[in-house]
Amino acid sequence: MNNILTKLRINRIVVLSFLAVIAGFIVGGIIMLIFGYSPTENYLNLFRGSFGDIYSFGETLRNATPLILTALGFSVASKAGMFNVGGSGQLLLGWMGAITFALKFSFLPGPVLIIGSILTGAIFGAVYSGIAGLLKAYFGTSEVITTIMMNYVAFYFVNFAVKKYLAEHNSDASPNILPKASLRSPMLEGLTNNSTFHWGFVIALVMAFLMYLYLNKMKQGFEIKSVGINEEAARYSGISTKKVIIISMLLSGLLAGIGGAVDGLGNYQNISVSTVLPDIGFNGMAVSLLANQNPIGIIFASILFSSLQVGGLSISVYSDTPPEIVNIVISSIIFFVGVKYLFEFILKRKETN
Amino acid sequence: MDISVILVTVFSTTLIYSAPLILTALGGTFSERGGIINVGLEGIMIVGAFSSVVFTLKCSSIFGSITPWIALLIGGIIGAIFSLIHGVATVSLRANHIISGTVINLLAPALCVFLTRIIFSGKGQTPVINQSIGSYTFPVLADIPIIGKMFFTKTSLVAYLAIVIGIICWYVLYKTKFGLRLRSVGENPHAAETLGISVQGYRYSGVVISGLLGGIGGAIMAQSITLNFSATTIAGQGFMALAAMIFGKWNPIGATLAAIFFGLAQSLPIISGYLPLFANVDTIWFQIAPYVITIVVLTLFFGKAVAPAADGETYIPAK
Repeated sequence: MNNILTKLRINRIVVLSFLAVIAGFIVGGIIMLIFGYSPTENYLNLFRGSFGDIYSFGETLRNATPLILTALGFSVASKAGMFNVGGSGQLLLGWMGAITFALKFSFLPGPVLIIGSILTGAIFGAVYSGIAGLLKAYFGTSEVITTIMMNYVAFYFVNFAVKKYLAEHNSDASPNILPKASLRSPMLEGLTNNSTFHWGFVIALVMAFLMYLYLNKMKQGFEIKSVGINEEAARYSGISTKKVIIISMLLSGLLAGIGGAVDGLGNYQNISVSTVLPDIGFNGMAVSLLANQNPIGIIFASILFSSLQVGGLSISVYSDTPPEIVNIVISSIIFFVGVKYLFEFILKRKETN
Repeated sequence: MDISVILVTVFSTTLIYSAPLILTALGGTFSERGGIINVGLEGIMIVGAFSSVVFTLKCSSIFGSITPWIALLIGGIIGAIFSLIHGVATVSLRANHIISGTVINLLAPALCVFLTRIIFSGKGQTPVINQSIGSYTFPVLADIPIIGKMFFTKTSLVAYLAIVIGIICWYVLYKTKFGLRLRSVGENPHAAETLGISVQGYRYSGVVISGLLGGIGGAIMAQSITLNFSATTIAGQGFMALAAMIFGKWNPIGATLAAIFFGLAQSLPIISGYLPLFANVDTIWFQIAPYVITIVVLTLFFGKAVAPAADGETYIPAK
């Protein structure tokens, strides 16, 4: 009986998300109509650009990879009741850590080099957000402020470090990593018609699955959720809330750090000076909210989000519609996910009638 | 370089950079005092900046040199209207405040750049405005020795106005019936409703005030610092303002002071160029210092920031 109930509940969430996606596309369509652009033509181009052929699909999955990881990172902190706005900074540090390791230890054999690079990125990200966790646990310092501030510190510091220590004289980017350190492979490239699809996606899937097990099947995951739901009650029942806060922030940064690492090793192959904070961190927040913070849901939400971003590129190739329409659609979808009460209300009315 | 010149530079850059932060942080204070978390301040600032720039570009021939000032109001009004999305979502449709705020932050740059491309024939940024808020020298006050030169000569008038608005906001929040009721709605909405206060009405007004002030904040950024609109006009100032609001413990005076502190911090890398003492130090340290100082000060001297008790809680009115 209980099983059936939980199944129904999951279906309900899926139905609500589906309705939200449809509603988001309708809003985007209406806006296009108002300004005289063709919604059908643009949506077709969008779909072609993201799922139309195997190459586009590879690009969509590649673009989804870091999103999955930053979204997982945001969720785990959020499950403990923490608002980690620092995904972008943690991702940047992970990226820098991985590329630095890959460049400085390039004499190591390929697999060791890759594992070492990813671990370095993960540790950089974890330690960085761990600072915010420690301050929150022992001093009560708002993690919202510390992670916002640390985003900027990471931004300036990484730019400085890239220019000073990694880039060849006067250039704005580090040299490329060796092919053996790269997560790309001729096999995956062949499979997807030379897209930039790489092994990072598989790593992201594994992490999502591990996070699902961790949060739902393990004691520590349960403790994280307890603290998030009611900190006082959790403390009263003997859970060390300080420990939970620190662990969840460490994990949060670890995941964002891996996101930066695999994007660096698989997609960019180097690190360069950035002009603004990468928005993958903030988009990860959006994806996580879209998926109702469910690790498995995050995989699908990331692919959806990424398909809109990648497909959005072809909108402006084939028409003069401003490509920003895609972000309008994305934000409308998340808006409708947020106001799911509206749909629940409508669904309930239908059921009672 | 003369020490007084350095001080003048410090004060003026600090004021210029604080003004947008002060207003936006004050806006956030109203929203959260009423119980609605507003992480969408960044998006509201973007909308304010965009609408003010479009207004200045299109109407400066009509209004002449007062155009930027009217543009600030336009930015505020459009910001207030835009913030209604957040209000409807959180107050009426019971959305999670963080989700709704994130939507605001995603939607604003997309919508504004979209409209920019439509208005300015495909370009992602507007031309530079021809009328802007320049520096201002106070009559009479500027003639006071030393102080006059430091505080009242070629300074930022908007920043002084922002500080005055901060004091007014404090008065409104703590000395008027409206303020008391707004705070009660953010602390204990159930009790407030029992007393016949419209929880939803006050929460809407808190959000709309945050839209108004945040919109003006964004407009100030565009009218006095960036002088045009593009996707990078507002680059994190909304989040800084959010931090200033928490730093200031949800109190208008505190938020104002915190915003001035952040303004000083942001002007550090600019000022360091003028100081011979620091000529050999990498600018990176001045760039990250403000953020590190903020974290350290917050940790050592302020400790736990306590938000209004019902901040972020969805209120379901009794039937």
